[in-house]
Amino acid sequence: MSVEHPTASTGNGHGHAHADHGHHELPFWRKYIFSVDHKVIGIQYGITALVFLFFGFSLMMIMRWQLAYPGQPMPVLGKILGETAMPGGVMAPEFYNQLGAMHGTIMVFLGVVPLAVGAFGNFVTPLQIGAPDMAFPRLNMASYWVFLPGCLLMISSFFMEGGAAQSGWTSYPPLSDIAPSGQTVWCFAMVLIITSSLLGSINFIVTIVQLRAKGLTFWRLPFFVHAQLVTAFLLLLAFPPLEAATVLQIMDRVAHTSFFLPSGLVVSGEQLKVAGGGSPLLWQHLFWFLAHPEVYVLILPAMGIVAEVIANNTRKPLWGYRLLVYSVIFLGFMSFLVWAHHMFMTGMGTTMSTFFQTTTMIISIPSVVILTCFIMSLYGGNIRFNAPMLFATAFLPMFAIGGLTGLPLGLTASDIYLHDTFYVIGHFHYVVAPGTLFALFAGVYYWYPKATGRRMNETLGKVHFWLSFVAINFVFMPMFFQGMAGLSRRLYDPTVYAHGRGVQTLNVVISLGAWLLGLAQLPFIVNFFMSLKNGAKVAENPWNATTLEWAAPSPPGHGNFITEPVVYREPYEYSVPGKSNDYSPQFRAEG
Amino acid sequence: MTEMQADPHAETPEQFKKHLSKYYVVFVALLCLTAITVGVSYLRLERPVAITLALIIASVKAGLVAAVFMHLIDEKKVIYAVLLLTALFFALVLTLPSLTVFEHHAGMPGT
Amino acid sequence: MAETAIPYVVKPHPVTGIPNGKFGIWLFLASEVMLFGALFSSYVLIRTGAPHWPPSGGLSSDILNVPLGTFNTAVLITSSITMVLAWASCKMGNLSRFKMWMGATVLLALVFLVVKYFEYSDKFHHDHFPSHDNFFAIYFVLTGLHGLHIIGGVIVNTYLLGPGSKLWASDPEHFTNRVENAGLYWHFVDLVWIFLFPSLYLL
Repeated sequence: MSVEHPTASTGNGHGHAHADHGHHELPFWRKYIFSVDHKVIGIQYGITALVFLFFGFSLMMIMRWQLAYPGQPMPVLGKILGETAMPGGVMAPEFYNQLGAMHGTIMVFLGVVPLAVGAFGNFVTPLQIGAPDMAFPRLNMASYWVFLPGCLLMISSFFMEGGAAQSGWTSYPPLSDIAPSGQTVWCFAMVLIITSSLLGSINFIVTIVQLRAKGLTFWRLPFFVHAQLVTAFLLLLAFPPLEAATVLQIMDRVAHTSFFLPSGLVVSGEQLKVAGGGSPLLWQHLFWFLAHPEVYVLILPAMGIVAEVIANNTRKPLWGYRLLVYSVIFLGFMSFLVWAHHMFMTGMGTTMSTFFQTTTMIISIPSVVILTCFIMSLYGGNIRFNAPMLFATAFLPMFAIGGLTGLPLGLTASDIYLHDTFYVIGHFHYVVAPGTLFALFAGVYYWYPKATGRRMNETLGKVHFWLSFVAINFVFMPMFFQGMAGLSRRLYDPTVYAHGRGVQTLNVVISLGAWLLGLAQLPFIVNFFMSLKNGAKVAENPWNATTLEWAAPSPPGHGNFITEPVVYREPYEYSVPGKSNDYSPQFRAEG
Repeated sequence: MTEMQADPHAETPEQFKKHLSKYYVVFVALLCLTAITVGVSYLRLERPVAITLALIIASVKAGLVAAVFMHLIDEKKVIYAVLLLTALFFALVLTLPSLTVFEHHAGMPGT
Repeated sequence: MAETAIPYVVKPHPVTGIPNGKFGIWLFLASEVMLFGALFSSYVLIRTGAPHWPPSGGLSSDILNVPLGTFNTAVLITSSITMVLAWASCKMGNLSRFKMWMGATVLLALVFLVVKYFEYSDKFHHDHFPSHDNFFAIYFVLTGLHGLHIIGGVIVNTYLLGPGSKLWASDPEHFTNRVENAGLYWHFVDLVWIFLFPSLYLL
């Protein structure tokens, strides 16, 4: 077995694995469209997800006009979006609801998860474990090609009569059962997206367990891989109940069953002609059974990315690696036990609400442990504040705010007041937006050189960071105060209420912040495409990192590694006393 | 490679033959248990008793299929671990929604 | 096809002791347990909340045909043993025996579907659609989804019986693994029915 990985020629890193000598070139459509290579599939997921992130964010930027200036005609877009959506240039309430429901759905299911798991998971995981690809490459390809039609179907719902889904991303019946046809399209699109996710999660688990390189024991895995493994289990076991519920909703809407329709329901003054006997709470239970673990799907890969970037840029090992691993496993497990804290206001009895309140309090512990380990990892480090590190460091206080503001929501007494207010929106956005999204940006800046063979521009990266960081806090911080003032979420016109009028100025601040945040993404978009051609070329390990992906050429060829990698040590051996280098890669025999 | 266990996966064709009889036994047992389930249902027992009995018989049948036909009886630890976790979450999703919705307490309506 | 060589496709992993495909199919089955679990949970919730069950009065066995359901249960159980014997034939190196038993499995599955067709059309004939009441809604969704899984199994098994069996010539162990994995799926479908039958027809 080879001991030292020979340095590939600088710049052009198109190495070929020893397994495929003598292979012929694939045609374009098999190399870039229907590829079974995890790196291509990862990039496909990545581009798709980034497009939908920006699209989903644009929906919110439009929605913010109505919130800042209720009933005012919107310039430019007021005309372009047509008379149905914007009669006389003023947003119709139905369109407002569509924007809200689709913003949530798209950001979660078409944006963040595909980027965090489909893109980063797919691209990085096989490389970090020293595998030539995922365990089931064709299944991987199938996952993406079920996902993309799901996305397109979801977007097409805007063109249905009556518009897109407009019952919240949570699609609560009975409203969603009687909503216009866009809701049925939402259901079918979700079935496709969920199926794609299930196929993917199988691939991740088998790959991580079975395809690790020689010497890569469980306790030598990078934290990123641990996080992806737990995430895959969450997706595998939590998504099916939502798929079941979605099928039941399709049946209610198309076959006129009453799974979620109670007896005696009256709509617009008329009794609904259905059998009845159903339960709207059934949907809520099945939905949240997934949707709570889903939010951990949103955060776990982000924590994984932050771990990698922090270890690399502090030039020291992660503090409390084993604690981190135990915590993330415990967190994943607990995430299945808390879901009804989203349902405290449904008339739940005290026994069950106490149960869910208790599990919710318990689950905050591993989150705090993980955050503490990350913060301790900074202490005494020789910190390099490059673009990925800025995003990864900012993640820490932002996630802290998101996490801490969750506590009054997890306690039933305070949740009575705060449920369904803007406080909730502030809470979860802090975790997902300056939390996960910042971590994902860190990941893009960090792994872009590996995927493309070129660095992104540092200056543009710093501009992107600072503008985003300032803007994003102007967007979400005021929401806590609006919520504490009693302002409900999903309100078309907050100013119909006196307590809404009291915090209306904040709506202007938030909207301006959101539009600034939108503009702040331009340096990123420009940087992303510009660097493909003009970025500084790199060799395999531009960051002087220790994990296995940095042994492969940049970008890696088919099969990833020129020689089969072997792992000799733990994943974060930085600044080891007595060594000449401030890093000892896992894949190098002598330190 | 050639591990001399009772693992049906690691044997020669000749050695494998002796496993066939247990498959036939389980097959007959499943048919008998089916007949028993249907027979018991004709007794028109009280609902709670009927449900309990039917589920017990069904579980025995399922257990036989899982243990023998699906080779779970000598499967590897990693599979057991996955299935244990799944069984736990299955129990949660089966019971907690109903428990939550139908918890009875003074003054508040149910569904 | 220039595919990179993935390890442990056929040979078991030294630590876990299983090849990738077997691990994969069990994980898939775990997700299926959660899928049907959610549907059974829905049944429990709706039935518990109903003033009486079936909502239209009487007993489940008045609405559903117990002899037909029993027959179908026997059909599926038999298809499970034929599936095991199909795999056993592979282990014993006999491809033609495999085809015989696999063919029997597919045939029995089709018999099951035909019986279900008659059950469904009888219901529709009497204007008992899923919308009639929640008993029918649950019956049709649970057995319908189960039926879709049977169809999926038929497709996979037919593939293994037909074009898929070509793999036997070049890599019999790999083919045997595939048959085993298909068998695991098939037994699971039988297992679901073992619970569905009493839950819907008898209780």
